[in-house]
Parts: sequence; C-alpha cells; structure tokens
Amino acid sequence: MTENLQAAVSAGVMSAESEHRALLQSIVEVARGIFSARASSIFLHDEAADELVFEAVAGEGSDSLVGMRFPSSKGIAGWTLVTRQPLVIEDLKQDPRFSREQAESTGYVPEAMMSVPLLHDERALGVLQVLDRSPEIEFSLGQMELLGLFANQAAIALDLLQRARHARAVLAESGSDAGVIARVASALEELDEEQREPVLRLLGALDDVLRADVSF
Amino acid sequence: MAEPEPKPERYTGETLPAWSLPAAASAEIGIGVEWPERVTREWALGGSTGAGIRVCILDSGIQPDHRLVGEVEGAVALRKTDEGEIVVEDDTEGDLCGHGTACAGIVRSLAPDCRLFSVRVLGAGFKGSGAVLLEGLRWAIGQGFDVINMSLSTTKKQFSGLLHELADSAYFRRTVLVASAHNMPVESYPWRFSSVISVGSHEEKDPLTFFYNPSPPVEFFARGVNVEVAWIGSATVRSSGNSFATPHMSGICALILAKHPELTPFQLKSVLYLIASNVGGAP
Repeated sequence: MTENLQAAVSAGVMSAESEHRALLQSIVEVARGIFSARASSIFLHDEAADELVFEAVAGEGSDSLVGMRFPSSKGIAGWTLVTRQPLVIEDLKQDPRFSREQAESTGYVPEAMMSVPLLHDERALGVLQVLDRSPEIEFSLGQMELLGLFANQAAIALDLLQRARHARAVLAESGSDAGVIARVASALEELDEEQREPVLRLLGALDDVLRADVSF
Repeated sequence: MAEPEPKPERYTGETLPAWSLPAAASAEIGIGVEWPERVTREWALGGSTGAGIRVCILDSGIQPDHRLVGEVEGAVALRKTDEGEIVVEDDTEGDLCGHGTACAGIVRSLAPDCRLFSVRVLGAGFKGSGAVLLEGLRWAIGQGFDVINMSLSTTKKQFSGLLHELADSAYFRRTVLVASAHNMPVESYPWRFSSVISVGSHEEKDPLTFFYNPSPPVEFFARGVNVEVAWIGSATVRSSGNSFATPHMSGICALILAKHPELTPFQLKSVLYLIASNVGGAP
C-alpha cells in the first residue's frame, strides 16, 4: 500500500498527461526544425501489448498518426528498438516493399530516415525518427551526435510520461483512500506560500497524532 | 546449415595439459617467426578474396537473391514458442527490415569469395529479444563460424554475464566476434568486452581504411557514413551508422583469415592493429 500511496501523491502533484504530451511534441517539433525535415515522430514501446505506438508526430502525418500501433520488431523502428542502435538511411524510394508497407500503414512514404533508440538506464523506451531531412546537407557524424542528444532528451520525457501514467493508473485502481491523499497533495501544490503554511502546520499536527497513535 | 568445420591447427594440443606447460613440452608449441619483420597490408590481406571463410550475419535475416549479396549458404531464425522455449528453425522469410541484407552486402563487397550465413534474431517481438539474441549467439558459436557480425547490442545488465561468457568462449574457439559500438552514453553489450572486436564509424570513403583507437573501449573505426548498401526489395540505399561500419571490419577480418587461417582472434587483432591506417597503414 505504501507504494500505491506514494504513487497517488505523485499523481496528485505530477503534471497532467497533456503537459507531458506537449513536452514530447516540442521535442519532435525542434528535431524537425533542426534537421529541416518533413516530419519527426516519437514511438513509445507499449510493454503490455509488445507494440510500438506513435506518441508524438510533427509535420507530415501529425493529424492522423498519434495512437497508431504496429508490431514492436517490425520495420526500421522495430530494428532500432530491438538492436538499440541508431540507423540512418537515405534514398528509400528505391525500395518498393518498404514503400508499400509504409504507405499502407501511414499514408506517407519517406525517402530518408534517421532512427534512434530512446534509452533510459537499462530500458529501451521507444524510438525517435526524423524523416526526409534536408538533402542539401550531406550526412555526417556530427549530425549523428546531434540526433543522439535529442534522443536523450526524448528518453527523459518519455520516462516522465510513463511514470505519470503509472501513478495515475495506480490511483485509479486503489480506490478512495489513495484518492483523498492525491487530492490533498494536488490542492497543497496549488496553494501560494501564505496559504500553504497553515495547511502544512495542520498536516504536521496530523502527522504527530498518527505517529503517537502508532507508538502506543 | 553445414556441420561445424575444424579450424586449422598448429599443434593438436592433445599431448599438453590444459593449464600448464611442462619443460619438455615447450618445443611442441614453437610457433616460429612466420610474420615478416614489418607486417604490411600486402602481407596481411593482399590478393585475398576471403575464400572459404564462413561469415555469419546475426541480424534481421538476409534477402537471399540480392545481386549485391550473392549466395547465402544457410539461414536460420530463432523463435520463442508459446511455452517460452527458444527454437532454431530454417528461415524462409528472408530479411524483415533490410539491415541484415545491408551487412551481408558489405561483407560480400570486401570479401567476394567468403561463405555467408544468416542467423535471424529479430522479428519475434521486443519482449524476450535479449534471450533470443543470447541463444542466437550461442547457436552461431556452436556452428564454428570464422566470423560473426553483430550490429546489435543489449542494455540489460542481466544478460551481460552470459554474453561475456559466450564472447570468451567464441574467443577461445577461434570464432571472431565483430560487434557495433554504441555512440550514445549508455552501457551496452557485447561490444564493451575485450574478447570481441568493437567497431565505431569514420567518415572516409575507402572501405579498407580503418583506424585503431588508442583510447578504448571502442577499438577500431571503419567506414560507416554514407555507404551505398543492399536493401530489401532488391534495392540499394545510402546508409550511416556504426552498424554499417561493423560489417566492413568483418569483411577485412575475412580477408586476413583467408590468407592466414591459422590466426587466433588474439593474433588477428594484433594484425589489425599493425595494419591500421593510423599505425602501420601503408601497403
């Protein structure tokens, strides 16, 4: 129960789902801008379903792809996730099989793709892709490094999103007791300093009473 | 898949105890000075086509009829059954992504007469992929391939011990593991182990140019930027990444081993060092 209550408090004070999504969205927007690309996407690995899910999309496909799923080891995103290795390929138009499958699933056929795993500690959380970057700049190891830096940022954001979702899921499952704690934590978080002080004194007194009760 | 083949031996070792060397036995392991005074590229790989060297691509499979790949002598895939058991089966699906075909094509371009084999460890989902990678590597080592190309890694610490044991067992069985280094700040395996040949990328165009890194853990840099490679659908694409530098190094290893089949992985790595473009380099 302790873990659940901690998760409930976390859920009460953590940013909302929409704020985490906005963070991921800003990462793909910046990635698209830096590489002058037609599109950029973040895929999250859904462990329960063992599938990759479009979590944020900038540019081409941004209005239709979020939420779309496909098998976790399929295609270039799947290869990147499983092998944990970044991969850059260009001139994809020459590949009819890839084009057909991609077009069927997303309605968009890229000619160039940068794909990098999102790694946090031991875990592979998902994949960041940048599609059809500007062909005027020849690819270099410097760009690969830049892509890696973006991937680190995206991995941290994705980790936060997953933690928040987990906390909210625990709260939803644990019923009204944890709900009270979460609401108190959330309300406290929103108070300004002057309002917060008496509430904290009250909670401190409650804490003393509870501890005293336990010691008897 | 063909039966494992015995490696060329200098001595049988049968008369020697495994862990010590009696005074009378020292003559039995005399190696002589077969290396020239100065090891050059010409001596190491000049004129070699990689003939007869068995190279295994541990990856996403290989498209068998690709013009840049040529003959693939054997292909298996690892699959996890509903009971959780990992089984090795003949692979009839070819390449599920394109990457394995790309690696095979690079090796073929450098070592046209080598013998290519495919062990597919991708396609069965992300869950359990670490265990599939381990079993795929174990199986490939058991086949006695001369070179195993691994453009992949795992970040799971739970697998690092077993992978380390497998890498060492390959090393002692004279199977050379060539593995992609990570270019991101994470701990991953098996490229960090000293018993493998780890590879990062350089930006030069020559496929035979490679550099020794005096500041490991990455030991060598090979061509890995803007490389024209084979891809599924009988296509070619331009590609970049350490995972494409790795098969360049595998191809170079095949060239050297075809000309000097007696080399152990330790000796092979020494030759690579001596002929690296930033060390001895020149012809």
